Amino acid sequence: MNDSINLVDYVTFTTAGQLFGLPIERVQDVFKPARITRVPLAGPQIAGVLNLRGRIVTAIHLSNRLGMDSAAPPTTPMAIGIECGPESFGLLVDAVGEVLRLPQSELEENPINLDRKLARVSAGVHRLDDQLLVVLDVDRVLDLGVELAAA
Amino acid sequence: MDDLLRDFLTETGESLDLVDAELVRFEQEPNNGDILRNIFRLVHTIKGTCGFLALSRLERLAHAAETVMGKFRDGMPVTAEAVTLILATIDRIKTILDGIEALQQEPPGNDGDLIAQLGVLAREEPAASQADFGKGPAPTPADDRTGEELTTEAHEPPRGAAADKPASHSIRVSVDTLDRLMTTVSELVLTRNQLLEMVRRHEDSDFKAPLQRLSSVTAELQEGVMKTRMQPIGHAWQKLPRVVRDLATELGKDIELDMHGAETELDRQVLELIKDPLTHLVRNCADHGIESSAERFAAGKPRRGTIRLGACHQGGHIIIELADDGRGLDIPLIRAKAIASGLASEAEIAAKSDGEVCNYIFSPGFSTAARVTSISGRGFGMDVVRNNIEQIGGTVDLKSVAGAGTTFTVKIPLTLAIVSALIVEAAGDRFAIPQLSVLELVRVGGDGEHRIERIKGTPVLRLRDRLLPLLHLKEVLRLGASEGDEGFVVVTQTGNQIFGLIVDSVFHTEEIVIKPMSSKLRHIAVFSGTTILGDGAVVMIVDPNGVAQAFGRSVQAALAGAPEPKPSEAVEDKVALLVFRAGSPQPKAVPLALVTRLEEIDCRRIEISDGRHLAQYRGQLMPLLRIDTAAGLKQEGVQPILVFSDRGRSMGIVVDEIIDIVEDKLDIEVASQRPGVLGYAVIKGNTTEIVDVGHFLPQAFEDWFRRRDVSAAQPARTVLLVDDSAFFRNMLAPLIKAAGYRVIAVGSGADALAALQSDTRFDLIVTDIEMPEMDGFALAEAVRGTSRTAALPIIALSAMVSADAIERGRAVGFHDFVAKFDRTGLIAAIKEQSADLDVAA
Repeated sequence: MNDSINLVDYVTFTTAGQLFGLPIERVQDVFKPARITRVPLAGPQIAGVLNLRGRIVTAIHLSNRLGMDSAAPPTTPMAIGIECGPESFGLLVDAVGEVLRLPQSELEENPINLDRKLARVSAGVHRLDDQLLVVLDVDRVLDLGVELAAA
Repeated sequence: MDDLLRDFLTETGESLDLVDAELVRFEQEPNNGDILRNIFRLVHTIKGTCGFLALSRLERLAHAAETVMGKFRDGMPVTAEAVTLILATIDRIKTILDGIEALQQEPPGNDGDLIAQLGVLAREEPAASQADFGKGPAPTPADDRTGEELTTEAHEPPRGAAADKPASHSIRVSVDTLDRLMTTVSELVLTRNQLLEMVRRHEDSDFKAPLQRLSSVTAELQEGVMKTRMQPIGHAWQKLPRVVRDLATELGKDIELDMHGAETELDRQVLELIKDPLTHLVRNCADHGIESSAERFAAGKPRRGTIRLGACHQGGHIIIELADDGRGLDIPLIRAKAIASGLASEAEIAAKSDGEVCNYIFSPGFSTAARVTSISGRGFGMDVVRNNIEQIGGTVDLKSVAGAGTTFTVKIPLTLAIVSALIVEAAGDRFAIPQLSVLELVRVGGDGEHRIERIKGTPVLRLRDRLLPLLHLKEVLRLGASEGDEGFVVVTQTGNQIFGLIVDSVFHTEEIVIKPMSSKLRHIAVFSGTTILGDGAVVMIVDPNGVAQAFGRSVQAALAGAPEPKPSEAVEDKVALLVFRAGSPQPKAVPLALVTRLEEIDCRRIEISDGRHLAQYRGQLMPLLRIDTAAGLKQEGVQPILVFSDRGRSMGIVVDEIIDIVEDKLDIEVASQRPGVLGYAVIKGNTTEIVDVGHFLPQAFEDWFRRRDVSAAQPARTVLLVDDSAFFRNMLAPLIKAAGYRVIAVGSGADALAALQSDTRFDLIVTDIEMPEMDGFALAEAVRGTSRTAALPIIALSAMVSADAIERGRAVGFHDFVAKFDRTGLIAAIKEQSADLDVAA
């Protein structure tokens, strides 16, 4: 089972109709965000802050972050919990899918014509049978500073 | 860095602070065997650890010090010189420790000097018959001071007799661990609250009893965890005995520092922040408060001065009292200094009680010390002390009795992590405003007593004797436009600024645990943090400082009206103002000095020519202007007019009625962006528009500013106008312009020098005398001191022209002195000085 070394588990989710994956070891938990407090002046990428078991989680609108239009915001969004140093973040997504185990060798580079905003946070693409899975680089997704400064 | 080394640095640092304090005590009580044993043990431990970690430089130093300490123990007399030498050694050890922290290894250097001196000391013959310390008795009961200190220090790592046993009473826990524990407990509290809420709905629940138990256990746990963050205030005091001793030696005074209440506990964060201000206050007492031994003796006081430092709990606060038995503050000197530095007028000062006058020492840049000693006057003033204390929500007060001493009382909250906050609502969202900055709540709108008024859309509120600038929290946060003027005004103070925040509703106050802001939100200045309310919801904590920044200009202007006297505005003293109505029902005013005459002109004599109103006046046609387009001219009867004249030409401003001439302080509370209006002020309780006459002059005669007495061929003279008051700049600049000069106006002496540096065109300087930081005298000296500008004529403007000031002014090189409101005098002086220039040219 030498192959197992090169297999990566991805938590998959969709937002704005696109399938994404995050390496499972970066995902703390998946939760249904409740009572999000909006933060005035914070910009469209920040959905707000919420209380998750006593920790304050900053919720990030993934579709806004990636510059994708979410045609109809879902009635019950889900959040992917991520720990980054001492802070907690939640990526708001439309729906969470299954965990997929995919060989690292099949991860392809970003197509060169990929949308710049998306390309900046994408670690590569997996060709699944029926659709494409974009693997996200968590740290770059959380690095809002550059975008803010550029905006 | 190596964990071992880090631990060593922390521990040694703490031990050294203890040694410092102990040594000073030891010097005073050389016969106290316990203290000596403590010091010896501490130094010995340092030496041992250094050896273990192969820090040879430190080890040699500690060893030399230990040898001397050993001699003390064997009965060598304790002299001040010996203690000074050991203190110097400890300082050197500290320097090396700092080096280790930076370089992770011992910094290079040679300590031969100290080691040699210590060696000489150690070789001296021990005195034969000193007390037998080895088995010396415990301090006598009469010596209760020692007893008290030993008990207060019981929380310290064990020492003395107990120190020989391994430490088992305390362990080291990282602050992170405690903070995480705190978070967990907060979550527990929230869960409990939810459970309680659920059970409340079911009357006869089996859960009731166990839940009650859970509830009380949770409360205890919360309290316990909070306690772990607390530290005795004595930690902040450790260095003080050394500080006082060094000062006393340096100043040749005899000072005793008496500390009590060192066990009083407060949050470690507050403790860190209070350290520096306290040290400064103690330095101040030792330097300025306590007199020299000779002085004290002459005054019939004990030669030794005492500084008493005490702490105790009072409600949610800790009170620190610092008292010296020195000479007390020199109240007459402070009064004089307050007047001289323009903080208040003579009349105001005379009306103040001694207690109120004392508080001037907290004003920026205020020092009554005739000389700057090395101890105080190092740029860290009492204003910084007060600022630092106020920043953590504390207050500082002082009382002084001439000849008997000064007492400072500092009141600070126990903790910063938990604050009381007012929960408010704006645009449907809740926000927390720290209670510390909330002065009061005012209900507005409805049938209430208070309502919001508007000056060209800017909301303001009359609150007792002041005009309060208002802000809609909703608008600050861009949560939508404000509709209606109903709601609550949260009167907020940050520093000296007071303003009102309009919110939709106010819920209650709640003790909130402040959680740091997410790094992604930290750039939003109006919020200082987040918190979780009792119902589990997250709310943002509004930072009044950040809001004040959003306020920008208007708050800056409102500052002038704040109770804290602001030098620039206070100097202006009372100004005669002509109050009138024109157009709107709101009163308007102009400085009376600018008005030439008040006239009433028969309406039939007013003509319209070329769309402009003109009136025959003293054989000339005088243009009439309306301040407000809404202000109409009367059709019949007489029309009141304010006449402004300048060298044979006059213009009239049409008014509806002249209300009054009042002598009042002119504090422009809200600056205006509107042309023709300088700003708004409260005059006799009414919000009054201050009219900018300079704006109307060129409307009457397009060439008003271009007209000049000097021939057109000559280039215009350029005047540099220096005044810290925006009002005077706005008032004088048009006047000087009207006389045919180009004017550059700047707001401070420093700006003036910069302007002179970068621009060589100036022909003349007109400067105010009373300005903060660099006054007119200093500016003149600086101008005279630079060769390029040495010959520039300088005209001084002053609110108070005294013979004394004139004398001093001549000495620094003022060419002329003009009283601030002497408009004609100023123009004449400028003309005279520039005429001299013409002759010279």
